[in-house]
Amino acid sequence: MSTFTPRPGAAPLVQQVAAQARMEARLMLRNGEQLLLAIVIPVIVLVGGVLAADRLGLDLSGHDPVDVLTPGVLALAVMSTAFTSLAIATGFERRYGVIKRLGSSPLPRHGLLLGKVLALLNVVVLQLVVLVVAGLVLGWRPSLEDPLVSVGSVLLAVATGTWAFAALGLFVAGVLRAEATLAVANLVYLLLMAGGGVVLPTSAYGAAAGPISWLPSAALGDAMRAALVDTRLDGTAIAILLGWGVLATFLTARTFRWE
Amino acid sequence: MPEPAVLISGLEMQYGAKRAVDGLSMQVDRGSITAVLGPNGAGKTTTLETCEGYRRPQAGTVRVLGLDPHRQRSALLPRIGVMLQAGGAWSGVRAMEMLDHIAALHAHPLDTAMLNDRLGLADCGRTPYRRLSGGQQQRLGLAMALVGRPELVFVDEPTAGMDPQARRTTWELLEEIRADGVTVVLTTHHMDEAERLADQIHIIDRGRLIASGSPTDLTSGGRSATIRLVVTRPFPDGAPESLRSELGHEAEVTQLDDRSMLITGPADGGTLGTVSRWCEMHDVLPESLTLGRATLEDVFLSLTGRELAG
Repeated sequence: MSTFTPRPGAAPLVQQVAAQARMEARLMLRNGEQLLLAIVIPVIVLVGGVLAADRLGLDLSGHDPVDVLTPGVLALAVMSTAFTSLAIATGFERRYGVIKRLGSSPLPRHGLLLGKVLALLNVVVLQLVVLVVAGLVLGWRPSLEDPLVSVGSVLLAVATGTWAFAALGLFVAGVLRAEATLAVANLVYLLLMAGGGVVLPTSAYGAAAGPISWLPSAALGDAMRAALVDTRLDGTAIAILLGWGVLATFLTARTFRWE
Repeated sequence: MPEPAVLISGLEMQYGAKRAVDGLSMQVDRGSITAVLGPNGAGKTTTLETCEGYRRPQAGTVRVLGLDPHRQRSALLPRIGVMLQAGGAWSGVRAMEMLDHIAALHAHPLDTAMLNDRLGLADCGRTPYRRLSGGQQQRLGLAMALVGRPELVFVDEPTAGMDPQARRTTWELLEEIRADGVTVVLTTHHMDEAERLADQIHIIDRGRLIASGSPTDLTSGGRSATIRLVVTRPFPDGAPESLRSELGHEAEVTQLDDRSMLITGPADGGTLGTVSRWCEMHDVLPESLTLGRATLEDVFLSLTGRELAG
């Protein structure tokens, strides 16, 4: 048999999806800006927040600042990867013809999407590990009253939050050009970080607390704080995240262009 | 007789007011290299992308390896290889990593190190895609099309941006994969590429097939000659008709603009003599009168009255 004698065939789907997930996770972690967004900024926010809260005597309903801020920063990390990083990466994949190229490979579209989700979760887990360690070093003591409720609620919040933000990110990347996606994804991230109730509890925003609590950022932050500060499942917050997830998935499905 | 690798009949594709493909029909035989030749904007890429399942035919039918590329896409894709005209890789991905990734999507891929080596990419395996030269990106694109051991590859302008040596390497590789039984469909607007490689050439202009045949058929086996006549003052009215009647039915006369004509006729001294006598008789002063063996460029010119390249 000569070198190029045809022997076509698709690899098993599991192998294809695994290859795609590995590739995307590797590229995300290799990219300097994405790493900044994923790890460096959340760590700075955590350390800076704890120092500032101590100095300003920020009132967090009697809780130690690090105990309130750490769950918020975990939520911020999920948002940065699921929304901003995913939107930017997908925007440039469209621009560079990567999605088109993969479109003529054996990898089906649902395989591509599954690969993206696995890559995303892979990076999120890595972020959470780093940030949990950073929080513990700063003196974070998560509520240990009922670890099963806490861990279960965190997993539910991370899953629904990742879904809602990833769908929003894909929506932005699917309708805008790559540069516009870059700008919008970063801007929205900064705005939500500053005023979206993600790092600080919505109660800290005074009269604006009502509307802010409907944002996906606040819902994710509230759900994480409820799980790790008060040991409870915040059903309202999870419902809000599910609502955003449904809405954004619908919009993305209607508008996303692969090329 | 096995079914053809590609069978297109009556394909029509329109974008807004622009008719990109206008009732195109053509066939690609298995095991051949077939060139789709035409100027930029002739509809070559649209036609290829319809075969690759990216676009749904608006009218007409397309069958690739006997399958409908749109409705039976998942069955077709593992069997074909596609080289896009540009791009197709993450900007930060390393060349070798990208090729390994595409290989991992296939069941029996080629050895990627061997393939990189064959395409002269061994030295830049760790180079990020964005730092590769245009020619290197093209070669990586070709490697990605071949790595899954397809039966049929579509290559869109495979040697655009390559230096002469890389072009030759690429041509040799395409000839080798044909020898191993792979069908190749390539688009090009380079005559030399089509003439050197193709068993069969389909010339497309404005979305229509205007000529098909082997390079030898199309150029009449080099037995015909072309004369390019450029004159100092515009031709008198009726010049092409008058020259045609002088030359007889074996010759073809195409007026290119008001000061140049292309004459295709038997490769003997008679044609040139007749043209030169005609100029004298009609008080036309030739600025240049060039004689050459008919090339594909001339074929295209005489069919459309326009230059192919550019």
